[in-house]
Amino acid sequence: MAVTKDEVFKKVQTALVDALGVDEEEVTPQATMVGDLGAESIDFLDIVFKLEKAFGIEIPRKELSPEDILTNADYVQDGKVTAAGLAELKRRMAFVDFSKFEKDPQVRNFSNLLTVGDLCRYVEGKVSA
Amino acid sequence: MRWFWIDRFEEFVRGRRAVAIKNVALSEEQIDGYSPGFPLMPTSLVIEGMAQTAGLLIGELSGFEHRVVLAKIGKAVFQFPARPGDTLRYTATILDVKDDGAMASITSHVGDRLHGEVELMFAFLDDRFLPGPLFEPVDFVAMVRAFAMYDVGVTPDGQPIELPPFYAQAERNAEQSYPPIPSPVEASKP
Repeated sequence: MAVTKDEVFKKVQTALVDALGVDEEEVTPQATMVGDLGAESIDFLDIVFKLEKAFGIEIPRKELSPEDILTNADYVQDGKVTAAGLAELKRRMAFVDFSKFEKDPQVRNFSNLLTVGDLCRYVEGKVSA
Repeated sequence: MRWFWIDRFEEFVRGRRAVAIKNVALSEEQIDGYSPGFPLMPTSLVIEGMAQTAGLLIGELSGFEHRVVLAKIGKAVFQFPARPGDTLRYTATILDVKDDGAMASITSHVGDRLHGEVELMFAFLDDRFLPGPLFEPVDFVAMVRAFAMYDVGVTPDGQPIELPPFYAQAERNAEQSYPPIPSPVEASKP
């Protein structure tokens, strides 16, 4: 099944407009889910339902929410993600751009990291798998 | 106020669909205060009844192991106000169930007339929340018995559903804590 990047973006956009009550124009690839679009934790469950339905894919919780890494003492010290933790995050979430986070890898900064573009890359990886 | 926003189940098919009715009565408290001079059933409480209908359908799937809470109202459209004397019929259908939540769509009808359509998302509380059931087991059993859930409930192939063992035990324990009721024959003996 060949799905173009544009088709993925359009469907992701529809899901986010539905789930978050935002305008289409607000949903740009650069927009952050939490900071720009106002997503709360419960919205992510809603978004997962909508993406699974729109693309016919399955999204295991761990793939989008690496809470287990962020609460693991091996990977976090004094509220900051360690080098090993960062490596683990990158391995798990290859679709996320970590360049900004790396400069100040505080756990609390993680929640506002995910962008619409990251989400599209994640879905692209799933539908082409 | 009693937080029961359905009167009873009419249909309950495990994991599929449930139909519950709610009779709107002028004697109910919420009817007076919400819209003075124009008695109606607040749609917020219709949604609560729909959530109770769908929530029990979803919870029953895991034998009420999952602690199901209403997390989000995705869509809610109502066509007209429900008035005292109306019987609302809520039909809940499960759309999707995952490890951490579920989606359901619910309609409300008065007779054949479509009254409302709602899409609800439920979350299952995880270990970030205090452990233990959301309801006292005995209260929970009394509630689902009052809703006639186990009178009409069936599996998709038509077999009657039963209370999960944990709740059945709670019900037996409660029954045993009351003194036995003498049979009429015994009671009438001199």
